Amino acid sequence: MAKKIVIVGGGTGGTIVANLLARNLRSQISGGKIVIDMITDKPYHIYQPGLLYVVFDRMQPEDIVRNQRGLVDPLVNVLIDSVLNIDRDNKKITTETGHNFNYDYLVIATGSRTVPELIPGLAEGAHTFYTLDEAKKLRDSLARFEGGKVVISVGVPHKCPVAPLEMTFMLYDYFRQKGILNKTEIYYTYPINRVHALEPVSNWAVQEFERKSIKYETFFNMERVDPDKKVVYSMEDTQVDYDLLIAIPPHKGSQVIETSGIGKDGWVPTDKVNLNNDKYEDVFVVGDTTNIPISKAGSTAHFESEVIAEIITSRISTGFSLRQYNGKVLCFIESGFDAASYIWFDYNTPPKPTAPSKMLHWMKLTYNQLYWSTVKGSL
Amino acid sequence: MENVSIDQSIDARGSACPGPLMELIRAVKSSKVGTVIEVLSSERGSINDVPSWLDKVGQMLIGIEEVTSHWRIVVKKVK
Ligand SMILES: Cc1cc2nc3c(=O)[nH]c(=O)nc-3n(C[C@H](O)[C@H](O)[C@H](O)COP(=O)(O)OP(=O)(O)OC[C@H]3O[C@@H](n4cnc5c(N)ncnc54)[C@H](O)[C@@H]3O)c2cc1C
Repeated sequence: MAKKIVIVGGGTGGTIVANLLARNLRSQISGGKIVIDMITDKPYHIYQPGLLYVVFDRMQPEDIVRNQRGLVDPLVNVLIDSVLNIDRDNKKITTETGHNFNYDYLVIATGSRTVPELIPGLAEGAHTFYTLDEAKKLRDSLARFEGGKVVISVGVPHKCPVAPLEMTFMLYDYFRQKGILNKTEIYYTYPINRVHALEPVSNWAVQEFERKSIKYETFFNMERVDPDKKVVYSMEDTQVDYDLLIAIPPHKGSQVIETSGIGKDGWVPTDKVNLNNDKYEDVFVVGDTTNIPISKAGSTAHFESEVIAEIITSRISTGFSLRQYNGKVLCFIESGFDAASYIWFDYNTPPKPTAPSKMLHWMKLTYNQLYWSTVKGSL
Repeated sequence: MENVSIDQSIDARGSACPGPLMELIRAVKSSKVGTVIEVLSSERGSINDVPSWLDKVGQMLIGIEEVTSHWRIVVKKVK
């Protein structure tokens, strides 16, 4: 009987794992010894870091969206369907349209999603830019904005920990270029006692904030938003009024993770080096949905995908694998429209942001195009 | 701290910074005055972040102890 690999979720992590496995196992798949199925709920694939550029009209929506099937190796079967249940004890997946899949190896790659409902008034009162529709709405509001107080308020947990900072710096350059900086106040809030979860990044960002006269408040946990009065209230009993509110709502993992009893709030308990789920050695977890205490970023998903593809390939051929994940994450951080910083870190090395430069900004723009090759497993 | 009776325990070990603090914030919000809450955290940052947050919101830190691979932080909701 053919060995079956099932991948749930076709975002960054799921797509890279699928393509790398197809490359590693090409002859066995062609010979009918291995079957790879990907089940994902959307027929399209969004390059999410591009949303930031859509907001400022520096990329068009069509630049950041591709057909999902076109990104996946033809040796992988792609089913567009939503997974409703993952039964790890019986190694069985059930989908919304009633399909059942059995597996020898499972890869959970269901990502994370914003949950604005957790904060009353947030959905009505705030803009966000974490989905394509919301990014377009924010772009349209910015086009009409002629000055006032812009508040960027961050909830946790959230993916791409640097995106709120990038948004803040890009807003600054946008208002400067539009000539309304003198009529605009930028105000940033963060839930803990610094402006970013990673201390070195926070220290760097504070210097940038001070240089640009961007005000900030820490220990600000959004509790509710009053869209009529245009005020955000914090759990710490402070309040901030706004003309334009850009919020990063708290995130959860996919509903199916909770429904299947795998993990609270959709986060899958994951071994931080072997990348498997709890006691299940044949269930791997990649990307945002892990509960590993590192950044929920595309680069994390990418590096984890390489490790998972190697582990599954070796386990099929030799029965064991030596590969482990060392916590590597790499991020470019836009510090405006024409300069970017860069960090990398792993479980043993803390991040150290480099001085922003034009060169790093160009590298980020280049990556925006290279992403499509990365996700195909060619880079 | 051994004698303090705990009303609610939050096991935030393995949760990413600022996860343990966030879990605590949620628990403090939803509990009654007088509740004693313990947070278990494997994040070193929590031993600074949690006391500073309590300071800001005027809640009480009963104590912090280091237990093999994590910290136990005990807090009382006083208002
Ligand atoms: C504005 C913004 C900027 C960002 N910038 C950066 C950056 O500069 N650098 C960086 O590294 N990262 C960045 N990221 C983060 C990055 O996009 C994510 O961390 C990455 O996409 C995570 O990959 P993933 O595979 O875990 O999840 P996703 O790519 O989100 O994929 C999950 C997939 O699973 C599907 N799915 C979920 N539930 C089910 C189900 N029940 N059944 C079937 N399918 C399901 C979803 O529809 C989705 O297609 C940014 C994100 C945003 C929003």
